[in-house]
Amino acid sequence: MNLDFTPQERAFREEARAFIAQNYPADLRARQDGGEPLTRDDYLSWHRILAAKGWVAPSWPTQWGGTGWTPTQKYIWSEELARADTLPILPFGVSMLAPVLLMFGTDEQKQRFLPGILNGDVWWCQGYSEPGAGSDLASLQTRAERITADDGKEYYVVNGQKTWTTLGQFADWGFFLVRTDPSAKPQAGISFLLIDMKSPGVTVRPIITLEGGHEVNDIFLDNVKVPVDQRIHQENQGWTCAKALLAHERSGIAGVARSKRALEKLIQMARTERSDTGGPLLEDAFFRRKVAELEIDLTALEFTELRTLAGESSGKGPGPESSILKIRGTEIQQRLNELALEAAGTYGAPHLREGGHNTPVGPHYARGLAGSYFNGRKTSIYGGSNEIQRNIIAKMVLGL
Amino acid sequence: MDFSFTDEQSMLRDSLASYLRDHYSFEQRRDAVRSEAGWRPKVWKAFAQELGILGALFEEAHGGLGGGAIEAMIIMEEFGKALVVEPYLGTVVIGGGFLKRAGEASWAGEMIGRIIEGEVVIAFAYAEPQSRYAWTDIATTARREGQGYLLNGHKAVVVGAPWASHLIVTARTGGSQREGQGVSVFLVDRETPGVTLRGYPTADGQRAAEVFLENVSVPATALIGPEGVAAPLVEQVIDEAIAATCAEAVGVLRRLQEGTVEYTRQRRQFGQPISEFQVLQHRMVDMYIHLEQSVSMTYMAHIRLDEDATERGKAASAAKVQIAKACRFIGQNAIQLHGGMGMTDELAIGHHFKRATMIESAFGSTDHHLARYERLSLGRAA
Repeated sequence: MNLDFTPQERAFREEARAFIAQNYPADLRARQDGGEPLTRDDYLSWHRILAAKGWVAPSWPTQWGGTGWTPTQKYIWSEELARADTLPILPFGVSMLAPVLLMFGTDEQKQRFLPGILNGDVWWCQGYSEPGAGSDLASLQTRAERITADDGKEYYVVNGQKTWTTLGQFADWGFFLVRTDPSAKPQAGISFLLIDMKSPGVTVRPIITLEGGHEVNDIFLDNVKVPVDQRIHQENQGWTCAKALLAHERSGIAGVARSKRALEKLIQMARTERSDTGGPLLEDAFFRRKVAELEIDLTALEFTELRTLAGESSGKGPGPESSILKIRGTEIQQRLNELALEAAGTYGAPHLREGGHNTPVGPHYARGLAGSYFNGRKTSIYGGSNEIQRNIIAKMVLGL
Repeated sequence: MDFSFTDEQSMLRDSLASYLRDHYSFEQRRDAVRSEAGWRPKVWKAFAQELGILGALFEEAHGGLGGGAIEAMIIMEEFGKALVVEPYLGTVVIGGGFLKRAGEASWAGEMIGRIIEGEVVIAFAYAEPQSRYAWTDIATTARREGQGYLLNGHKAVVVGAPWASHLIVTARTGGSQREGQGVSVFLVDRETPGVTLRGYPTADGQRAAEVFLENVSVPATALIGPEGVAAPLVEQVIDEAIAATCAEAVGVLRRLQEGTVEYTRQRRQFGQPISEFQVLQHRMVDMYIHLEQSVSMTYMAHIRLDEDATERGKAASAAKVQIAKACRFIGQNAIQLHGGMGMTDELAIGHHFKRATMIESAFGSTDHHLARYERLSLGRAA
């Protein structure tokens, strides 16, 4: 048992760090730092640079464009990305759909869809939740009826509403859970469909979240015709795909490296801000206590993630234990948001960008902190709420 | 990066667990704790001869097995599960920790040999009535006298002292009462004239004593480490003791967590096992999360014991904070979920709870270690 990196691993870290420093787009950095809203091209520019380098999908099999890195290398890579404050690679294609395609797709489907994900040509979105199906996802109502059309080919005709679709406003394609057998038990009658968002009958409507941002959307599906060969896995086996995807979604969700970076920024802010007694806020006994406790909890999360990576977590193999990472990871992200907003003090209040009020006030670092705090409340809700994660641990780990 | 155990380490765990299963049942422990002696020298002999664990952490040159921090962690975790009271921490981890670093003196090597044989038992006399967790707050004095030193003072709650053949005593050879400068460490034979003990049981079934030193004359060779500047050594050994205590806590907490899950599956109310109630399931999941975080922090603390004093201290204090919080959360909820049965003396759960509660403040409370962590990580506050 040790934490030592090999000389090769240290060399890899240097290489990764240098690559990011030399290739991260300067104009994107400037817009990020200025807190400007990001465009579709902003999101994709870094993806495309990494795709050209062959580093955009480290976890994929090498034959499809993966890097063949060891878990330690992937860990180092995620640390370096966080350290450099890069925009995260969009997860929808690379780390949500792709694992399902690789596990359950036909060769033809893999060849059709994986390259577009890898090179950033196709933007994917997720159609899972519905107004009446959140934590109880299996109760979803969107119907897909199989028909033979006039052209003699088989199609699904899809009707229903999906919601909370993140960045769906930019999406070219979406992966959807739909009900193909209404008479079966909830989990047994679901299929996994890939739908071209330009298909007639698809409507995307923005949902504005409480901080004022447009990140999530409603998607209305009105007699949308979907060729049968765009179904992944067998008909009525979509729940198997959904579960596989959710497990992947959980494992990347700890966000340790990003939280470490956020903590560094928080500490920096607390050295600059003044406490009520005039000294640095970081020397205020109450505030520094909260920072120290957060740092300790983050260390515990980091080592729990490392143990999971090493496949040594609690003797039952990786899997449902990763729900711990989701719960603790999101709690820590939310505490970081809380403390940052607290640290900003009175200048946490101004809400710029609204109605043309763009005159900057207060310290640069305070801008957008309230928005991040409000927006960050989503993390304990999405990806299977933290209460659902506790249900998973109770059932799968504790055997209750 | 590697989080696996070697085959030898797994064998060490298995053989110790197997011995404790056969010789350290809840009833056997209870009888020993209630006996006049309060421990079982026979078990100690078995540790030496049958299991070889008294030598597990010493170099082969001293007659040990050459193990290190990870072996200590394994042993202490198994001890925690069985609530072992025999003074392994004081003798091997702390006593051994000092003696290993006592320099070239041949007597230190000889003492280590006697520890490995099971003949020497050591208790660490560092706290004082006024010191709370600030171990540099030392009123006990060591005055040079002829070829040696004369010790005077009162050491508080010295765990394992009633069983000890030797005490390791912190005393002041200079400096003012609370400062690090002037701290020295001595090995004192328990039978030395002027050493008196007032022994008593502790809340978790161990034994401790108030130790009074009255003109205790020790030779110059009793000094461990350099005179007056031993504080860094003491800090290092205490960090090792903290890591070992965290490992023990992991064993204790594992039993509390697993025992609670098991109990709720059997206990029926409202016509069903109470484990089916979601409010209890989520509580037990939170207990499990606390346990897993504690395991992670215990690994972290042991892996970092060899780093520089700042990183080592941060690691030990961070781990101790997590473990102390887990001891409170898991311990209190284990009792709560056992209901009335959790309040009885007859179930093991209450005894694990008591040990967990004492570990909370062992070598410093949550607040103490948070404050230390803050100093080491964020710098000293104005």
